[in-house]
Amino acid sequence: MDKERYRLDTLYREHSRRVQATLIRLLGDFELAEEAMQDAFVAAVQQWPLNGIPDNPQAWLIRTGYHCGVNQIRQLSTARRRAHLLLPTDDALDLEPATIQDDALRLLFTCCHPSLSMEARIALTLREMCGLTTEQVASALLMKPSTLAQRIVRAKRKIRDARIPYAVPDQEALPERLPDVLQVIYLVFNEGYSRSMGSHVVDVSLTKEAIRLGEALAALLPKGEVFGLMALMRLNDARRDARQDSAGDLVTLDEQDRDLWHQEDIRSGIKWLEQALALTPTGYYTLQASIAAEHSQASSAEQTDWGRIVRLYDALCRRNDSPILALNRAVAIAMNGDPTTGLQLLDDLAHHPQMARYHLFYAAQADLLRRLGKQDDACSAYQQALLLTTLDPEKRFLLKRLNDLEQSA
Amino acid sequence: MKYVALVYYQEQIINAMSEQEWHDLNQECIAGVERLSASGNYLAGQPLQPTETATTVRVRDGETLVSDGPFAETKEQLAGFYLLEAHDLNEALQLASRIPPARFGSIEVRPVRELPPKADAGEIS
Repeated sequence: MDKERYRLDTLYREHSRRVQATLIRLLGDFELAEEAMQDAFVAAVQQWPLNGIPDNPQAWLIRTGYHCGVNQIRQLSTARRRAHLLLPTDDALDLEPATIQDDALRLLFTCCHPSLSMEARIALTLREMCGLTTEQVASALLMKPSTLAQRIVRAKRKIRDARIPYAVPDQEALPERLPDVLQVIYLVFNEGYSRSMGSHVVDVSLTKEAIRLGEALAALLPKGEVFGLMALMRLNDARRDARQDSAGDLVTLDEQDRDLWHQEDIRSGIKWLEQALALTPTGYYTLQASIAAEHSQASSAEQTDWGRIVRLYDALCRRNDSPILALNRAVAIAMNGDPTTGLQLLDDLAHHPQMARYHLFYAAQADLLRRLGKQDDACSAYQQALLLTTLDPEKRFLLKRLNDLEQSA
Repeated sequence: MKYVALVYYQEQIINAMSEQEWHDLNQECIAGVERLSASGNYLAGQPLQPTETATTVRVRDGETLVSDGPFAETKEQLAGFYLLEAHDLNEALQLASRIPPARFGSIEVRPVRELPPKADAGEIS
C-alpha cells in the first residue's frame, strides 16, 4: 500500500501539470479544470489500488477529469458565476500525444499574455506551469499569500472575460509573442538570483524553476532565442556560489573566486549557446549569453577578451535602445583599456532619466574614476550610489569601496 | 465575441494637423472601416466631436446635475469607438492595432458585457 501511495505521489508530480493544461483546453476554464484535476486524482486514489494502475495514467486522468468537469458544468451552468461555461462538444476530447504536449505551450503563452500585468504573469506562470502552491509562490516572491491569491483570481477572471485565447501563436505572430514568454522566464530567474542574496531563505528556488521552464520550452519550441535564454541562465547560475562572500557581501565579477564557478553548468551553458548560434537571426538572449560565455571561459578579469565583449555590446545596442546596455558597453570599453572613453560615454548617459536614479550607474562611474586616479570625484560618485540603493549587501559593498578609497587618499 | 475599441488621443495633436493631414487621416479611417466591414469584424462605430462639446449628467439624490466638459480630465481624450466582432482577444488586439490613431494615441480594448436575460415581472423581489 505504501508503495502504491509513493507511486501516486510520483504520478501527481509527474502528471498533474500536463493533466491540468489539457483540462483547461477541454473545459475552457481554469478553475473548473483545477477542480476536475483534483477529482481525477481522488478517483485514482480510490480505484487504482483495486484495479491496478492503468497503462496510460495520464490519459486516464485526463479522461476522468474531463467527465468530472462536464458533470460539473451540467450542474452549475444555471449559476450566475458559471454562466460562461459551455458544454464541450464530444469531439473536444482530443488526447493525441502531440496535442497534449502543445497544451503545455498553450498554457505558457496564456500565462505570459501581454494583456496581463507582469506581476500576474509571473505569479500565474509559477502557479500553473511550475505547479507551485499559492503559499510557495507567495513565499518566493515575498508576498502575502492572500495578496497573491487575489492577484491570481483577478488574472484568471481577465483570461476568461476578455477571452485571452488558449493558444500558441501561429508562425506569423510567434516572433512577436515569443519574447513575452522569454521575458517572464528570465524575470523569474532574476527574481530568484536577487532573492538568494542576503539572509532571506526560501524553500523554492526560482532560478531552478526558471531553468526547468526554459528546458521544457526548448523541448517544445526549439528556437534560437529559447536556447540563448537557456545558455544565459545556465552561465549566470554557474556563478551562484561566488557572488557573495561568507559574510553575505556582494563580490563583483572581477573579484570572484573563479574556482567556485560550477564548471558543469558552464559546459551546459556553452552547449546551449552553440545550439542557439546555429540558428539565425542571433537575438538578444543569445548575444547576452555570448558575453556571459566570454566571462565564464576567462581565467581572470584581465585575461578576458574585452574586445570581443565590446563588439557583442555594439551588436546589442544596435538592436535595443537601452541605457543599461549602453552603460555596460561603456564599462566594457573602459575594461578594454580605454577608461577615458568609457567615462566620457557614461557622462553622455548621465542625463538619461533612468540613469539618474540607478545606483549601478554611479557605482560604475565611481569605479572608472577610481581607476583613473580621480579619488575625490570617485568618492562623491560612491556616495551618490549609496543614497540610491536599498539592498543591504549592495550597501555594504559600496561602503567598503568608499572606505578603501578614503584610506588610500 | 464582441469587443469595444475606444480610441483616445491628445486633441491638440489633431488641432495641430494641416487640412491635408486631417483629410488623409479621415480617408484612412474610412478605408479601415470598409476593410473591417468586408472581413465581417465591424459591427458599429462612431468618431466623436471634441471634448469641448461634451456635457456630463449625474443624478444624485434624485436631482439631475449637468456640468460642462468630459467626466474626467485626462491626458488623452476619448475620440471615438468601434464595436468589433472578434474570435478572441488576440484577434481584437490585432484589429485595434490597425486603427489609424493607434499610431499617435491609444486604443483601449474591452470585451462587452451581456446583460442577463430580462427577469419575469413576478421574479423581482
